[in-house]
Amino acid sequence: MKTVFQSGMLTAAAIVLSAGLAAPSLARDLTIVSWGGNYQDAQRDIYFKPFAEKSGKPVLDEAWDGGIGVIQSKVKAGAPNWDAVQVEAEELALGCADGLYEKIDWDKMGGKDRFLDSAVNDCGVGAIVWSTAIAYDGDKLAEGPTSWADFWNVEKFPGKRSLRKGPKYTLEFALLADGVSKDELYDVLGTEEGVERAFKKLDELKANIVWWESGAQPLQFLASGEVAMTSAYNGRITGINRTEGKNFKVVFPGSIYAVDSWVVLKDAENKDAAQDFIAFASEPDNQAKLPEFVAYGLPVKEAAAKVPAEFAKDLPTDPANMTDSIALDVDFWIDNAETLTQRFNAWLAQ
Amino acid sequence: MSAGSSRTGRSLLLLAPLLLFLVGFFVWPLISMMSQAVSDPAVLRLLPRSAEVLADWDRASPPTMPMQAALMEDLKAVDDDQALGDMVRRLNSARSGFRTLMAKTTSALDDTVSPPADLVSIDQRWERPEFWLAIADALSPYTDRNLLAAVDLGRNAAGSIEHLPADQSVNRVILVRTFWIAALVTFACACIGFPYAIIAASLTGWKRDLMLGAVLLPLWTSLLVRTAAWFILLQEQGLINDLLRWLRIIDAPLPLIFNRTGVIIAMTHVLLPFMVLPIYSVLITIPKNLMPAAASLGAPPWRAFLRVLLPLSLRGVASGSLLVFISAIGYYITPALIGGPGDQMISSIIAFYATGSANWGMAGALGVVLLVATLLLYSVYARLSADEPGRR
Repeated sequence: MKTVFQSGMLTAAAIVLSAGLAAPSLARDLTIVSWGGNYQDAQRDIYFKPFAEKSGKPVLDEAWDGGIGVIQSKVKAGAPNWDAVQVEAEELALGCADGLYEKIDWDKMGGKDRFLDSAVNDCGVGAIVWSTAIAYDGDKLAEGPTSWADFWNVEKFPGKRSLRKGPKYTLEFALLADGVSKDELYDVLGTEEGVERAFKKLDELKANIVWWESGAQPLQFLASGEVAMTSAYNGRITGINRTEGKNFKVVFPGSIYAVDSWVVLKDAENKDAAQDFIAFASEPDNQAKLPEFVAYGLPVKEAAAKVPAEFAKDLPTDPANMTDSIALDVDFWIDNAETLTQRFNAWLAQ
Repeated sequence: MSAGSSRTGRSLLLLAPLLLFLVGFFVWPLISMMSQAVSDPAVLRLLPRSAEVLADWDRASPPTMPMQAALMEDLKAVDDDQALGDMVRRLNSARSGFRTLMAKTTSALDDTVSPPADLVSIDQRWERPEFWLAIADALSPYTDRNLLAAVDLGRNAAGSIEHLPADQSVNRVILVRTFWIAALVTFACACIGFPYAIIAASLTGWKRDLMLGAVLLPLWTSLLVRTAAWFILLQEQGLINDLLRWLRIIDAPLPLIFNRTGVIIAMTHVLLPFMVLPIYSVLITIPKNLMPAAASLGAPPWRAFLRVLLPLSLRGVASGSLLVFISAIGYYITPALIGGPGDQMISSIIAFYATGSANWGMAGALGVVLLVATLLLYSVYARLSADEPGRR
């Protein structure tokens, strides 16, 4: 009986194993993952579809909301089901240190000199320069906020506010509203008193805040009138103004900008095609089409030069928009994200 | 080999796919989740030499030369980026700053032309005992720190267990809130689902089909879609508020969204089928002539209900409640979209550890706490339902 049982188990195990092994051998389409919403719609038209036509192979696109844990679980499971992913600056830094990404073939990308310095990394190629800024509906507020202090001022500007749920950006904005200058921002935030001060400032506004988690939510809140003003990704604001005829305004002073990058997941099945895709998306002619749809700055210098002036004025990289904005301190956040998120969650639950 | 045992063998063979499925998709993930919560090999695996030297350290004084030399030796020997990443994540989670410190240190150690003399010369932070303490505390292969942290406890420098400061951890508050919301939703489902099931079971033909269809249809719609629909209905300029204002019942919009009310409404709607269907399936097995029989014996309707129908259908209510309650404690999307910051449930914290910070130990520990609490509740239910009249 024992032998019958054992051989049965073995056969069954063999079937399960062979099914498991057979699955990846079916070629998977090149899978590109970005941030969804009207940004990804634009990317689909100017990058994904033309690349699929050029390479003659289908391209699958998916959306995600970030999180290094998502990437880690895919890579550690072996044979990740994503190939090229657009990641935020800390996911790039964390994943590169942890060996979760393939090294970039910079010759394929046309050399590092083509890009802004902040867009060059061993593991990633800059895709966009984007800002998190105050946004409000110009049709509802004739005279809108001009600073984070105004954002906190619910007497002058009644109504709810919306911020991205999490300590990143939120603590910075609170300190800016409390009068910290942009040059001292991360020095202050680096101290215990600074963090304390930021949470104290957030206490003032807490009852009026609706938290958002995915980039499309603040647009919905503004459009439905649920909130009077919100933090939002600047590109989406310009995008919705153009596609849906809204009159949403972006306040660049006090905004925080960062670079998003394309990475290729370690040992992804289509890793070569993914690098080809990134090279395609970094072609100046292709990249220069983006600002017409979403107002994100371009890391390829030649592409940035090709953007018509009417679109260039809305980009975070435009000199007029750059003067009073702040670069996200990635090192601060890779060190402190976990502790500060715990603390933020505790603050939120109180 | 006897005929009897070969028959057992054959039946086991038939069961093999099921057993393999259970082991592969149920037992193994549970065990690996639990072991993630308590195992802590990331640091010890890469720093064997430092572990030996650190055993003699007094845990307070600045690092000695042998300690620095051993750590440098260990770090130079690491050739696996992913293992290094696991270690750095573990250390940074105990002590913020390890991320940049380790990145700076490993790249300085790669410099073979002018190798650094000691760690302090690479970065001043290596002089501070708290960084070494974080390493020293991470050198045993098993740890209770995740499980303790999941219920807001931690070990102090001396190693005894104490409460974490209230501004650092509120898992207990959120766990209690999770169970409270689940209980409210279960209660609301029972209040709506029980009469609904009674009416559905008492009808026949297309009326019954219609009522069951109304329950089943939402079940076939994606959870996200149903939640988004509630978002549209409940918001300040939403359908419900607009209608009430148009009817002049209210002047200012009711706060229905981003608060507990909205969460309870939406979760009750989403989970209602899990209450109605078990109760309905019990009700249709109850002989139709029992209620007339009770009436013919002189019982008024309410008494016939209390003494006959309610006891007989209680089994359905109990299993419906259990289904709803256990589904509700794992809810994530609905509170995230409809609730305010005071309505987030424990899954959102688990999701942060699992996807946001890749701290699977903490995610596993919170999962274990949730599992244990659920099993306790289930055992209470099993005990209660064993003595229940419907079973006899």
